[in-house]
Order: sequence, then structure tokens, then C-alpha cells
Amino acid sequence: MSLLLNAEQTLLRDTAMAMLADRSPVSLLRELRARENGPGHEPALWDEVAALGWVPCWWPEQHGGLEMGFKGVGALFEAMGRHLSNLPLLSASVLGPSLLMEAQTEGERHAAWLEDISEGRMIVALAFEEQDRHDAGNALTRLLAAGAGASTSANAQGLLNGRKRFVLDGAAATHLIVSAMSDNGPTLVLVDVHAAGVSRQVRRTIDGRRVADFEFHNVAVEVGALLAVGERARAALDQALDRAAAVLAAESLGVAEEAFERTRQYLQQRVQFGVPIGSFQALQHRAARLKVELELARSAVAAALAAFDDPGLAPSQRALRASLAKALTADTTERVLNEAVQMHGGIGVTDELDIGLFLKRGRVIQMAFGDARHHRQRWAKLKGLA
Amino acid sequence: MTGAVTGQTGQPLAEFRLEVRAWLEAHCPASMRQPLKAEDMVWSGSRVEFASSDQRVWFERMRDRGWFSPQWPREYGGGGLSRAQVQVLEEEMRALGCRQPQFNLGIWMLGPVLLEFGTPEQKTEHLPGMSQGTVRWCQGFSEPGAGSDLASLRTAAVPDGDDFIITGQKIWTSYGDQSDWMYALVRTDANARKQDGISFILIDMKLPGVTVRPITLISGKSSFCEVFFDRVRVPQRHVIGGVNKGWSVAKRLLEHERSAMGKFSEGSAPSHDLVKASSGLLAGQGSAWTDDVVRAAMEQEAFGWTMARLREGAAAGQDVRSLAALVKLVQSEQETRKYELLHQLSGWEGLYAAGDGPDQASPRLPEGTLGDELTRLWLLAKTYTIAGGSSEIQLNLIARRILELPDGADASRRPS
Repeated sequence: MSLLLNAEQTLLRDTAMAMLADRSPVSLLRELRARENGPGHEPALWDEVAALGWVPCWWPEQHGGLEMGFKGVGALFEAMGRHLSNLPLLSASVLGPSLLMEAQTEGERHAAWLEDISEGRMIVALAFEEQDRHDAGNALTRLLAAGAGASTSANAQGLLNGRKRFVLDGAAATHLIVSAMSDNGPTLVLVDVHAAGVSRQVRRTIDGRRVADFEFHNVAVEVGALLAVGERARAALDQALDRAAAVLAAESLGVAEEAFERTRQYLQQRVQFGVPIGSFQALQHRAARLKVELELARSAVAAALAAFDDPGLAPSQRALRASLAKALTADTTERVLNEAVQMHGGIGVTDELDIGLFLKRGRVIQMAFGDARHHRQRWAKLKGLA
Repeated sequence: MTGAVTGQTGQPLAEFRLEVRAWLEAHCPASMRQPLKAEDMVWSGSRVEFASSDQRVWFERMRDRGWFSPQWPREYGGGGLSRAQVQVLEEEMRALGCRQPQFNLGIWMLGPVLLEFGTPEQKTEHLPGMSQGTVRWCQGFSEPGAGSDLASLRTAAVPDGDDFIITGQKIWTSYGDQSDWMYALVRTDANARKQDGISFILIDMKLPGVTVRPITLISGKSSFCEVFFDRVRVPQRHVIGGVNKGWSVAKRLLEHERSAMGKFSEGSAPSHDLVKASSGLLAGQGSAWTDDVVRAAMEQEAFGWTMARLREGAAAGQDVRSLAALVKLVQSEQETRKYELLHQLSGWEGLYAAGDGPDQASPRLPEGTLGDELTRLWLLAKTYTIAGGSSEIQLNLIARRILELPDGADASRRPS
């Protein structure tokens, strides 16, 4: 399985870079973060993105996808990182569809949902975090069989109770896939955000986006909305989390690459003591080390994305690569951004300069779906080291 | 034994491949298809030694095909193969697991520049000794006062009739004590700009006035030597590429060094696998230890993927300079860090001196315990980030060539 983009994916990346440079410059983020309300993205831009086919770009053809591979969607996330674009692509393209496609209950509704998602009308976010930071452990949210324990069948209509936190794209979401515990083990259910008993509290994040916390009080779950139960649910969730880790690693890489490039140019131009500061060896060596780290992180990201295009790879191998990419990009982005701020000096800590926006976006992506510590621990377990 | 392999350019490659495969299968002894260990390496030259008759047979058969240097012209003892055919030969050797029949700096480093810069007489005099494995070569570049700043070297070559009289000292010459000839950089003009007063010259190590002394490292015995020149008389015809033109010859040679390094690492002893080696040592040590190992192991893995990107990108004709520029830096630093971790993980075992006798000037060789070996490798690994262009030099190159950061006031003193 190649680590390089093929011709089609290269075209997708180049188109995305040009389109976002034009329609989603960093100034749009400044505008979005100043808005009082709204989904956190620019709806007109989202319509354009949907029209370009970005949402189903990696899906298999049987689900109405364009089959451009996971490396293809990874290239889109890298481009979004470079432009600090606010788009609900993680939920719309990756999380919701990944879980729907892995669901054990299939039917006409799934196909209809995927079609709505693919056209940008429906955005399915994943609601699974319950702790103060990423934790893929068991959910406290409960799905109880509706007739007071009369039926334990997995297909019974149920009632959902609990709370979920830090739902990415939560302000834009039309639906949620909620992880819950039922009598049959881990369970995934689809919930309309406007259903009775669902309350949403939108929270602004430091990077100018909007997430949401949700509470569920006796939310009725219909039979057809129960997506997966037991081992199947656990496996589907693991796979979705690994896919999310891989594309977020790509986005993080884009954030770091752009900040580094801006810093490199600043080192070439900024004059102190009568010379460009980039001529100082102390700064040259630090910049060179960042460049090396970025290349290593890029390789890890490429390997993680390619893993999802390789049908012969075991889930544990994909997990290892996803954790490698997420851990490396988390650390690398943190270092690159801290150095970017430092090397810009005083202007680097002003809100006027964009570098601070990259710093904040980098931090949010770093914490989402597990930071480096989380993924190193997981990698160690998978390798039998802990 | 001559078989049907013609190696003529123009022969269909697929046909050539079948012939090569058949020849290798028929002529490469089974024991020469086992993974190579460091002690199995056959160094050609006048002191060549074979540990087994299979080694000798494989050496002689490959030599007689001209396949020590398959791409060189036949008139110099080479195989006369095209570049594509050489690639086929290498692929088939890899596929069958055939060992390199011999190792010699002459073929990988000196030979290519001699072919490019040498006169017909120089080629005739020196290339057959390499391609037939009779002459072992060493490199005389670094000096005590000229390490990273190689161009400041001072070993002097003063003209005297048809000869140069060479006086000075070289250091870090690998296997200087085992070699027959040295290719060296010497100063032939003390007044010119430092790069413009250097000549590239070939020196017979048996000449009067040449003294070689092996260097003992912090890790014990090593292959590194000091070489002293006391009024050594060398014929002027041994200058390659013209008097005072040696710097550009050396730069070209160092380019060949990089590809040779790849061959060396293929042929050398397998390095410890960090995850495997540490998994036993980590038991009961706690999460801080595990996290240190995992960080290092993950970066190694990312480097592995980076090498895959480099190979794929190069094959696809992409610009891979920024990847190629980090290989030496990252590989050497990761090896160093790995042995730091493994040595510390080995606990007290890594602290005992070898043997029962008094502390020797040349303390230990890898024998016995894992602790002994890890101690030696921990110390030896310190050379990796210094030799062959120190990490600081690599960072200079990345900053200037890849990141295009501006030259500083001190730039004239750094390599370009």
C-alpha cells in the first residue's frame, strides 16, 4: 500500500488547498469567532464543500461514495488545518458515516441517512466523551429497555438517559450517535438533536469553533435507531475513533506545517542586529529540528491514513498506526507552535498575528480523541509493553 | 562456470533476470545466503581472510564474473553491466538473500571518482586491484585540527622532482592498519583559499615513513586509526583530478559515501530491536520507563515510514531532498538514544567491567552477557552522531539547503 497520494488524490488536495485559500482564509475564522450564535461554520461554504463531494469522497461506492481513499480525505483535513477552516467534516464525512456503515442493523433508512449526509443536509456527530478529557472507556449513559425490564431484546425500543461532553461539531449537528450501556453491553444509538428530552448546551472553544454538551432525559430510541450492540458496537466505535485520530492527525499536521512555514519566512525577513534573525545558528538549528520532526510526523500520518485503505490490515495494526500518528502530531504540533510563537517574539503573542490562532487550534486537536500520553499508553498496551 | 550470462546492453532485461537468477542459484553456496553478521564480513585486499571455504568460493566466483563492481567496464575487471542490469542483479541477490561477497571502500567510494576524474593510466593502475579484490583502501580525510572543518586540513605535500614529500597526520581512518592503500586529501598550496589548495592523492601504505596506530575508544578496541606521515615520498602521478583540485573530487566522493552507507548497513550485524530487547527488561519497572521506551520506539517507527516515503518518492521522481537530508541525523540519534535506554535498562549488569584482571587500556569486547554488549554499544553509539558529518553539520545543511535560511556572519567558516 503506497504512502504517496495517487493522481486523483493529488488533484483533490490541490483543489482543496486552492478553494480554502480563496473561500476560507484565516480572516474567516476571525469573523466566525466573533459571531454571537450559529453552528460555528459558514453555511454557504459548507454547501460548496458538500457540492464538491468532499463528504463522501472516501466512502465505498456501495454507500454512494467516490472511493478516493482515506488518504484522500486525509489530504482534505491537512488542507483544513493549513487554513484553520471551520467545517464539520469530521462528523459529516468520517465519524457518522463510519459508524453507520459498520452498524449491524441495516436498512433503507441507513442509505437515506448516508445520502442526506453526503449532500450536507444531515450532520451526525459522535457523542461519547463523559470525562474531563478523552476517555474511550465504558459509558455511564444508559439505554434502558422501555417497558420496565419486560424485554431485554436488543431491538426493543429504549429510553436514553445520561450526559455527554465535548461533542465536536456539536453545534452544527442535526443528529448524534450516542454511546451507551444497555443490558446487552455497549450500544450505539442514533438520536435527533431536536428529539424530546435532548438538551444541548453549545460551548465556544478557544480556537473559534463550537462544541456542545448534551443531556438526555428519557429520550425515546426507536428500533431502527439502534445501530449496534455488544462486541459489534465496541469494534465499530474503536474503528471510528481510530479513523478520527488519523484524520485529526492530518489536520494537526496541516496546522503545524502552515505555522512552521510562516515562521520560516519570518526568520528570513525579520532583521535585528543588522541581519536576518534566520542567519543565527541558534535559531537555524531549532528550525531544522522542527523540520525533521514535521517530516517524521508526516510519515506517521501517511502510514495511518494508508492503513484504512488496506483491506488486508488487522484492526489492531490500524490502531497502532492511528495512535502513532496522533501521538506524534500532538507532540510535534505542540513543539512547532510553541517555537513559532517564541521565534516571532513580541508580535507572536498578539491577537493581531495569526500564529496565536494556530496555537489554539493545535491545542484543541491535540486534546480531541486522545493526546500523546493517551496514545502512547494505548500503543504500549497493543505492543505488549504495558 | 561461465554459463550463459552475457550482460550485454541491449539484452532484454527479463531474459537477463532469469539468467542472473539461474546463475546465482547455481553458484551462491547455501551458507552465503544466510544473514550476514559483522564477523562474517569479508574485507578484500592483500590480507583477505576467509572463515570458510564457502566464503572463498563465493568470493572467487563473483570476482571472476566481474561482479564485485558489476557496472565498471570490463577492461578494468568490472562486469560491464548497464545501470538497469546492475539493479536487476542487486534485486536478485536480495531476493535470494545472497551476501555481499566482499567489502572494500575502493569499489564503493574511490572507484567511482577514479572513473570520473582519473586519467586512463590511473584507471589501469588502480581499478583492477579493486575489482579483483587484491587491494584494500582506506580514507585519509580528517585530521586532529580538521574535523567538521575539513577544508582546514594541514597535512602537507611539497613537490620534489616527480614526487611529493608528504608530512602530517590523519585521524579516524577506519581500518588504516588493515589497508594497502589510502586515498587522502593533502595541502598543496598553503596560500590559496583553503578549499583551493587541496589535492586528492593515492598513497601506498607500505611506503617508508607511514606509521599506523589503532585508536582505543571509550568502548574499547575500534577500527579507527591514526596515520602519521614522516617525509613520505609519493609520485605526483598519483594525484587524482589535478593538483589543487582535490576539494571537488572529495565532495563527489562523499556523495558516493552516502550510497555506500546503505550497503554497509545492509551487510552489517542486525541492530537490537528496541521493543523486543526492552520488553523483558521493562517488567516491573513502572510506567515512566515504559513511556521512555515507547517514545523512542514510536519515533523509530516514524523513521521507518520516512524511509519508505523516501524510497517511494524517489522512485516516483519526486523531490525528496528534505527527506534525504534528515536520514543521517535521525538514524544516528535514534541509535544513540536506543542504546542509552537499553544500557540503563540493563541495570547493574551494564556497570560491571569485563573480566577479573586489572582495568585494561582496551577494556571489553562483546562477549558473554547482554550487559557487556549493551555497555559496549552504548559507548560505541557516541561515535554515530559525530562520524560522517556530525549532527550539528547535518542541522546546518537542513537549515541552509532545505529551509533556505540566510547565511550568517559566521557562514564562511561552515561547509557549504
